Amino acid sequence: MSPELGRFALALACVFALAQAILPVMGARKRDRRLMALAPGLALGQLIALVASFLCLVNAAITNDFSVANILENSSVTKPLLYKITGVWGNHEGSILLWALILGICGAAVAAFGRNLPSALRARVIGVLGGVAAGFELFCLTTSDPFDRVWPAPLDGQGMNPLLQDPGLAFHPPILYTGYVGFAVPFAFAIAALMEGRVDAAWGRWVRPWAVAAWCFLTCGIALGSWWSYYVLGWGGYWFWDPVENASLIPWLSGTALMHSAIVVEKREALKIWTVLLAIGTFSFSLSGTFLVRSGILNSVHAFAQDPARGIFILALLGLVIGGSLALFAWRAPSLTAGGLFAPVSREGSLVLNNILLCSICAVVLTGTMYPPFMSLLFGRTISVGKPFFDAATIPLAIPLFIFMGFGPMLPWKRAQLWPVLKRLWVAALATLAAFAVTVIGLSGVLPILCATMAVWIIGSSLTDIAGRLALFRVSLAQSLQRAKSLPRSAFGAALAHIGVGVSVLGLAVMSQAQHRIVEVHVGQKEELAGYEWTLTDVRTVPGPNYMAMVATIEIRHNGHLVTVMHPSKRSFNAQNQTTTEVSIHTNGLSDLYGVIGDKHGPESNPTYVLRLHYNPLAPWMWFGALIMAMGGALSLSDRRMRVGAPRRAPVPDVVAAE
Amino acid sequence: MFRLKAALLLVCLSAPVMAWAVDDPSEMLPDPKQERQAEAIGAQLRCLVCQNESIEDSSAGLARDLRKVVREHVARGESSQQVIDWMVARYGNFIRLSPPVTIATLLLWGMPVLALLIGIVSAIMIFHRRTAMPTPLTEAEQARLRELADDR
Amino acid sequence: MSNEQTSPDGQSAVTRRRLLLGVPLLGGAGICGVAFWKMLSGMQTGSFNPHDINAPATGRPVPDFTLPDQTPGTGFATADLKALTRPVLINFFASWCIPCIAEMEALLALQKQLPIWGVAYKDKPENAAGLLKHAGNPYTRIGSDREGRVAIDWGVSGVPESFLIAPGGMIVWHSAAGLDSPEVRDGLKNALKAVSG
Repeated sequence: MSPELGRFALALACVFALAQAILPVMGARKRDRRLMALAPGLALGQLIALVASFLCLVNAAITNDFSVANILENSSVTKPLLYKITGVWGNHEGSILLWALILGICGAAVAAFGRNLPSALRARVIGVLGGVAAGFELFCLTTSDPFDRVWPAPLDGQGMNPLLQDPGLAFHPPILYTGYVGFAVPFAFAIAALMEGRVDAAWGRWVRPWAVAAWCFLTCGIALGSWWSYYVLGWGGYWFWDPVENASLIPWLSGTALMHSAIVVEKREALKIWTVLLAIGTFSFSLSGTFLVRSGILNSVHAFAQDPARGIFILALLGLVIGGSLALFAWRAPSLTAGGLFAPVSREGSLVLNNILLCSICAVVLTGTMYPPFMSLLFGRTISVGKPFFDAATIPLAIPLFIFMGFGPMLPWKRAQLWPVLKRLWVAALATLAAFAVTVIGLSGVLPILCATMAVWIIGSSLTDIAGRLALFRVSLAQSLQRAKSLPRSAFGAALAHIGVGVSVLGLAVMSQAQHRIVEVHVGQKEELAGYEWTLTDVRTVPGPNYMAMVATIEIRHNGHLVTVMHPSKRSFNAQNQTTTEVSIHTNGLSDLYGVIGDKHGPESNPTYVLRLHYNPLAPWMWFGALIMAMGGALSLSDRRMRVGAPRRAPVPDVVAAE
Repeated sequence: MFRLKAALLLVCLSAPVMAWAVDDPSEMLPDPKQERQAEAIGAQLRCLVCQNESIEDSSAGLARDLRKVVREHVARGESSQQVIDWMVARYGNFIRLSPPVTIATLLLWGMPVLALLIGIVSAIMIFHRRTAMPTPLTEAEQARLRELADDR
Repeated sequence: MSNEQTSPDGQSAVTRRRLLLGVPLLGGAGICGVAFWKMLSGMQTGSFNPHDINAPATGRPVPDFTLPDQTPGTGFATADLKALTRPVLINFFASWCIPCIAEMEALLALQKQLPIWGVAYKDKPENAAGLLKHAGNPYTRIGSDREGRVAIDWGVSGVPESFLIAPGGMIVWHSAAGLDSPEVRDGLKNALKAVSG
């Protein structure tokens, strides 16, 4: 398990990946079944080599092999075992290896689950995945080798930023990367379809589960990252419109659009060209996000190893992947046949609108993120684009999206009439009106009021949709249950995901009303915030394994009743000469009480402490909603009809290439 | 230069943990209305050291100084625009988190409308073309049609 | 396959659509690619720095300020700069700033060509004095800006930062980077030439 073995395994994986990129695709072109049949084996071989390589790095981290530069720079003997393992992907080199590993898993997954795919299509999809993986593995081997040695090996490593030693952050990267990389599969399907010159309903069915799965991971990854910054960074914020965050939001938005447009391809064979473009675009955004963050072009609070030389390699890779796929798209897409016709008012029409709005938001976020460096390059002028811009530019586009989310799923395919659908939504509409009245009284600010109202509309109409499909309250409960059993799970999944969006939006809207106070108090002093009485009762010094902690005790009472006792603390790490704050959060599901202890002032005999107290209404709903969204996606995935490989491309012969 | 900025970024990453925005209650203005105004101005101004954070969120020393300056100006009864102009005169548009609308930022500010317009226009165009020109029959279909016609 | 139209009419429609799709897509991607490449190569040569603030410092008179003494130098104020008959370099520094210490050698060499006035930014007087004793003192006069408030008036976002003041008190050149970089020194040299005639 030496680092050299790891590097060898990585090189081997690269060879497998190159073979995987060339042979099956050649086979598909020449209709050589033997060459095509090589695809699954090569994908599996690549995966095994990658796993071996990754395990070598993990092994080096666990055994404190500080002769490996990457371990030396990011680990130390005293680091807990969990963070030794998760620290492997907490740095540039390791995270690229993780990228490659996940790509390898995707390739093997297509090989394993895609048995029912036409062999040419499968060969091409696996081939494209192999090509992308080869690029990343070459990148890893040439400019970001995680196995580089140092001589002589020091006795201890330089350690890891204490801030990053957190379970939330430890698992954030793998989940997020699975989301990013997962979109490589729809991308590969799109490229394969362009090579074949054929996109049909079956293609839509094959692509959708992969898109949904990647989307679920990306949703969880984004939510986890945002939650981490909420409970670790200690100033009550959860989203900063930072380029690094935007780099994940952009593919999420286009991926959401992709998931929806793939439905239209599957059901109606329409929007085919557009869906192929979205599949290419989503993965391109995932790739470019990584590139931009790592090249140092974008200004970001999240410091990452930044190196322009690496940037040039990734740029070349991007040029190849994105440029190549767009060229192929421009060449082949126009010859794809137009699909089924539909009227503007129809399920398809509503999904088109969904795509227009999602892609507009995506374009705004993309433009806002990229504007500063372009402005600086073109005009030599510096500007900043931050939260005030993004809030003002995206929310007005999101509100119509929320409105259409309400009744879009209830419109019939092909041709629909609006009025009957709206009539069915009268309960949801009443609830929305009531919500509007409540929010006008309870919330301040136009956008929070509108967003909270829309959130109720989304939840209400999604529930109405499901109730309508089950004929709830119209037939007996037993009959409804019978209907529920026969209703496809993807219908429940979609409604659940929409409810998740509503829950998140409600959380975001109400969270905008958060209150906070910064106070300087003596022990025993009472402060009031949001109807709660916060009393600092004690501050003591507690030694930790490699730090000293100043632990406060704050009692919180509401109308005289003790609600909770919280212990926010402040840790001083002498080794890194750094302090971290440990936020204390008490949640009752509806709101968070959030306490932070700051500096100590005044004489030792009677010191005062700075406290930062937050009242965050509906804060947990923001992440809870994301979880519901991901659960909705997972529920859809469990639908038998969505299961990979289930559908067959029946009416047309298997291998038909238009080359 | 790169070394300096690298050092500063490190400060920023660890900064939130060392202290946080408005970490000194004495910074706050006694008049709650003025304090709210100051916070609203601060949320519009970017911390120059820690990228992308507003000075209200940032814990960098310079952000703290800028917060004090904002509060001094607000206490003097200046309007929000005056305070922002004062800052822009010293640090340029970089300090504004939402850039001013100029010819150079027209594309940025116009993007929401432009994207929406492109989307809607192309959707309408495609709808129009589809409904106006039904897709021509393929040769196979034409052959089948002739066959059917001949049968009659 | 039904996807390739065979009639000449269909063929030209496909070609037209190819252009319609290809030109904007590939053009956009190509422009972005070239722009990123320019940014990256600019970052390597130092001609493009996305972290630059580009504070609009030059082309205007020095702000109003008064700086108290910082041993071993004497403080100065706006009037002192306005009364100058030859250019002077204003350098913001601090003993806690590593790039400032790295810059000292270059400042000491530069001091032979033009007077340098220092501003100790957010520094304890004894620490600032200690640094100059240890590293050498390039400054003719030194003011102390303990609160960092004068620096804000100058548009300083971090130390070291330098300003070239023309006779009469006009700021003619500014750098947010240390003078240990040859590019920055060249910029200063050119600015000096322009001021001197």
